[in-house]
Amino acid sequence: MGERAMSRRGLLLGGAAVAGAGVAGGALARLRAADPTSAPRAAEAPLNGTRTVAFHGARQAGVETPPQAHASFVALDLREEVDADGVRRMMRLLSDDAARLAEGRPVLADTEPELAEVPARLTTTFGFGRGLVERVDPDAVPEWLGPLPEFGHDELDDRWGEADLLVQVCADDPVTVSHAVRAMAKDARAFTRPRWTQTGFRRASGSEPDGTTMRNLMGQVDGTINPVAGTPAFDRLVWRSDGPDWLRGGTSLVLRRIATDLDSWDELDRPAREAVIGRRLSNGAPLTGEDEHDLVDLEATDTSGLPVIPAFAHVRRARSDDPDQQILRRPYNYDLRDHGVPEAGLLFASYQADPLRQFVPIQERLDELDLLNEWVTAVGSAVFAVPPGCEEDGYVGQGLLEG
Amino acid sequence: MNRTRTAWTAALLALSLSACAGGADSAGSTDADAGQETAQEAGEAAHTAADGFAITDPWVKAATAEDGMTAVFGEITNSGDAEATVVAAAHDAAGTVELHESAADGADSVMREKEGGFPVPAGGSRALEPGGDHIMLMDLERDLLPGDETTVTLEFSDGSTTEFTAPVKDYAGAQEEYEGEGHGDH
Repeated sequence: MGERAMSRRGLLLGGAAVAGAGVAGGALARLRAADPTSAPRAAEAPLNGTRTVAFHGARQAGVETPPQAHASFVALDLREEVDADGVRRMMRLLSDDAARLAEGRPVLADTEPELAEVPARLTTTFGFGRGLVERVDPDAVPEWLGPLPEFGHDELDDRWGEADLLVQVCADDPVTVSHAVRAMAKDARAFTRPRWTQTGFRRASGSEPDGTTMRNLMGQVDGTINPVAGTPAFDRLVWRSDGPDWLRGGTSLVLRRIATDLDSWDELDRPAREAVIGRRLSNGAPLTGEDEHDLVDLEATDTSGLPVIPAFAHVRRARSDDPDQQILRRPYNYDLRDHGVPEAGLLFASYQADPLRQFVPIQERLDELDLLNEWVTAVGSAVFAVPPGCEEDGYVGQGLLEG
Repeated sequence: MNRTRTAWTAALLALSLSACAGGADSAGSTDADAGQETAQEAGEAAHTAADGFAITDPWVKAATAEDGMTAVFGEITNSGDAEATVVAAAHDAAGTVELHESAADGADSVMREKEGGFPVPAGGSRALEPGGDHIMLMDLERDLLPGDETTVTLEFSDGSTTEFTAPVKDYAGAQEEYEGEGHGDH
């Protein structure tokens, strides 16, 4: 921070006023689109709470699934005495729990079975940390599974660091998430100790049309460039087709806790905020375009010959000409005031077939130069291998545990 | 301790059980994940009680040999034309197996052997639940670990037998079984 930050901010505040044009128009259009009378809800529409996402299948749910409104990422560490057989028993229990809950059914011996009756698109996604895979079979550990290379701008706290098992629970209802997490935590207790839990949220279900790109708490449209589910590009970028057999059809999750200094972000006016990203706040369109999904034109210059999208802009730094340097972003906001001091940011959940080839090069460029770094800092980072899904008579991780 | 609460729970469960036993809805509805169909004895003309037996969502509370005791739960259904009565049960890790009921006795919940076993009406069901009827495994010779699958054998009043497998899982309740044992929930 310090001087460098001040000078960059000074440059920004002085030089980017041109980016502010069109804000009012965009905001109005957005308001009109949100007019409730323009899109009456069908009377027979099913309740959000009744919607379900299948747990069983070739791939785990909760990756390709359109993001639900609420998420808990629960990290657990194996107890010292737990061996491969213990992990197998645990994953059988947890897979059974997750399958039942996804259907709106209580888990076996559910102490609050009524809370399970609202599935609200509940998904449970299991990820294995390096420690778990090593415990089961040291030869089965993919080289990328473990801490990412160090980035200069990170201020990582081990409190949000690597863990043996991740249980990602997402649903459109926070009570559903809470109950599912508790039910599974009880079954995991004999095998694990809690490491950390990170809870996040997006817009509530039904507040915006499905497919609307989320906004983070900085107000930015966040996640425009994302592989589209069901396309060959998505399959190639997200799902693993090689490497260890037990991971084929799986993926990797990089979960970064990105703390955001909203109070200093407040010092920036709208044109400056847009220049930091290279996109309009109104609709997420690149500063060189009109609509959110318009291509970013990094070559475009303004009347004075300066690039419309500045050299330090986040979109310029994140972008790559290499079509393999893409990730699936599925982030959630967090906003805690439990300790009197506001603590806000983004749970940056990134899925990719290979973190070292996809996530790391992007993050290296951002770490080297991205004006957004003045307001955002990674304070937590963990990498998990997400095994393929399972069928009704199986459980997640079977390929590793019985392979 | 939780004596009062336990008593209330037992009383409430007793009510729900009697309501449940009268209904025929759940007959034959087995759960693909957890239910086990009875072994049909091919070539036998007469239908036995075991033929009509199924159990939905069976489970066993995890326990160690040191704990000594635990219990089996689930919903028994009888798709047969006649009442089927479970009169005995066996488990390879339990020296003794009894059919128990829980009953409110003043402020306490009392566990006692169920006289006459567990009758299940024709086309009906009977729930084995914490705080209600259950199959008591005693004199445990080995640990029943969470996530294990374990096999329970049942005998009916007509002498027919059947078995089912049930997952073992941790459960904080169903502590009545541990009276005087000082159950520690690690």
